Amino acid sequence: MGNWVVNHWLAVLCLVAWLGLNVFLFVHAFLKYEKDDKYYYTREILGVTLAVARASAFCLNFNSMLILIPVCRNLLSFLRGSFCSRTLRKSLDHNLTFHKLVAYMICIFTAIHIIAHLFNFERYSRSHHVTTITLASVLSSLHHDKEGGFWLNPIQSPDMTVLYVTFTTIAGLSGVIITIALILMVTSSMEFIRRHYFELFWYTHHLFIIYMVCLWIHGLGGIVRGQTEKSMNESHPHKCAQSFEKWDDHDPDCKEPQFEGHPPESWKWTLAPVALYIFERFLRFYRSQQKVVITKVVMHPSKVLELQMKKHGFSMEVGQYIFVKCPSISFLEWHPFTLTSAPEEDFFSIHIRAAGDWTENLIRVFEQQNSLIPRIEVDGPFGTASEDVFQYEVAVLVGAGIGVTPFASILKSIWFKLQHSDHKLKTQKAGHAALNFDKATDILTGLKQKTFFGRPMWDNEFSTIATTHPKSVVGVFLCGPLTLAKSLRKCCHRYSSLDPRKVQFYFNQENF
Amino acid sequence: MGQIEWAMWANEQALASGLILITGGIVATAGRFTQWYFGAYSIVAGVFVCLLEYPRGRRRKGATMERCGQKCMTTVVKLFGPLTRNYYIRAVLHLLLSVPAGFLLATILGTVCLAIASVIYLLAAIRGEQWMPIEPRPTERPQVGGTIKQPPSNPPPRPPAEARKKPSEEEAAAAATGVGGGAQVNPIPVTDEVV
Repeated sequence: MGNWVVNHWLAVLCLVAWLGLNVFLFVHAFLKYEKDDKYYYTREILGVTLAVARASAFCLNFNSMLILIPVCRNLLSFLRGSFCSRTLRKSLDHNLTFHKLVAYMICIFTAIHIIAHLFNFERYSRSHHVTTITLASVLSSLHHDKEGGFWLNPIQSPDMTVLYVTFTTIAGLSGVIITIALILMVTSSMEFIRRHYFELFWYTHHLFIIYMVCLWIHGLGGIVRGQTEKSMNESHPHKCAQSFEKWDDHDPDCKEPQFEGHPPESWKWTLAPVALYIFERFLRFYRSQQKVVITKVVMHPSKVLELQMKKHGFSMEVGQYIFVKCPSISFLEWHPFTLTSAPEEDFFSIHIRAAGDWTENLIRVFEQQNSLIPRIEVDGPFGTASEDVFQYEVAVLVGAGIGVTPFASILKSIWFKLQHSDHKLKTQKAGHAALNFDKATDILTGLKQKTFFGRPMWDNEFSTIATTHPKSVVGVFLCGPLTLAKSLRKCCHRYSSLDPRKVQFYFNQENF
Repeated sequence: MGQIEWAMWANEQALASGLILITGGIVATAGRFTQWYFGAYSIVAGVFVCLLEYPRGRRRKGATMERCGQKCMTTVVKLFGPLTRNYYIRAVLHLLLSVPAGFLLATILGTVCLAIASVIYLLAAIRGEQWMPIEPRPTERPQVGGTIKQPPSNPPPRPPAEARKKPSEEEAAAAATGVGGGAQVNPIPVTDEVV
């Protein structure tokens, strides 16, 4: 537990700050619309749902501002380069988690906002249909016959239905479109769809453009209205609200109140992140135009393709990943792959397993052995280097299937460091359990390793390590499925000695 | 995009639409909005759509992750045979279900979402997709050590790739294409330490 806190304190802090800001903004806006005299008459018709709708809108603006920032991966990489602290750098690796959390918050506030406005529209409509004269009904009928737009109730007459108003106002129509875009984005980014039909997720997610545009125009039309300042000076609601029946008697003390909307403000929140994101996409395009030379292509059994490449100015660290595009297969898609080469080598490589449309097409194109090798574009590298491995005297790296790729890079790097007698390297021994599906050859490294066929008996492994290294700190690293994580974590607890001077196992699950 | 099973997305979309219909219906009914009885219909329709769409169908290739607790609904949905298997029927059903909810503002979002799900199901049906139930697999409990079938045939230390003349290596070399191929050559000699 202590280990987890030390590694994640910054992420927890950011999360708490973000939640706190959401609560603060909601309460601040809620109190403004609930207490301010400017909205006294509006509240008379709508009640508390006015404040709820506006407060949730405020939070929606805030979260829409935040949502684009975690996906600017080039800019985050640039930030990472200027951070000295490793914990700060590692927290940037959780950018996608934060993006999802903000998205969930947008969904929650959207629901609150829509429900509040449904009540608002219903109440506006009802105030036209009361049998007795009330303040609400008087307010609703004000100023509709005159020019000047000083009305309060957007429903102009008793015959107008809420459906009609929704689809004939900018706010209503853009609200419907924006919500549908949001729902389509959410349903296509469910984990099940992302894992198996990635392109569907990627293309549908570009509906965010419609989301942003509709968000900007949503506030045009000024449907949420408060009393004008001039009108408040002349006929303050505290003074005049009770005498609403006498407003058309031309009483100089209490004239009919006049109302105005306010200009849209969503663009103020989201303009900068949108500009940042547009710049990010240009940056990706620019980086992708730089020439990538493929120096070696290896076709491994189990349909795994290895590509060794060189790119001018490319420098990497262990455990990082790159995004790869192949325009001849797909003009728009970028796919992430962990780097399997060590930084000490003069090329960088990736191993690609056939796992869907794009990867299968890529492997087929390279299998054809034409002299024309397709052009590859590379963006990256991204991700925090996995230097943790080098901090442990004994490291146990467990990779399942294609999950062995990050460890390939680490093991090769250890190899080179040993060869050059790197004294900063604490690691004395590294054991690698690679759960392969192909029985004949080891695909990746050919380094010294114990070749196991079948599922390892973790209890045996851990007790062996505990007996041979009774006083060491052992780091266990996993890149693989959750079920494996559970059993490894259990073993770490079981075989760690109660005496802190004796053998201790620390479990690290890394999603490279 | 050739391998996309549109029905999977349609399923997620329809499930979301069901939830939206229920929510809109509750708001309209609880708030006693004008024509709130459409809201009551919307709740019933939403519950029906959710129950129908909750059991996820099987993917054509590979394993499919079940939704939590979907087994009993899978048996019920399976009972209706071609009515639930065929996506044309589902597309029409969802379109018809969505229409009454379109008369009320609170539920019109559910209408639009369900109509979109209907269109995606239509696309899935045109491409010949079908709903297939996820059958429970007999859980294998490999005995300890039982998965080790055959000892490694080429344990380290291994001589460099060129010296090896094993037929499996030649097959691997034949499978390698492009400029180079073969196993990694170690930069310094490998010694095997028995731990």
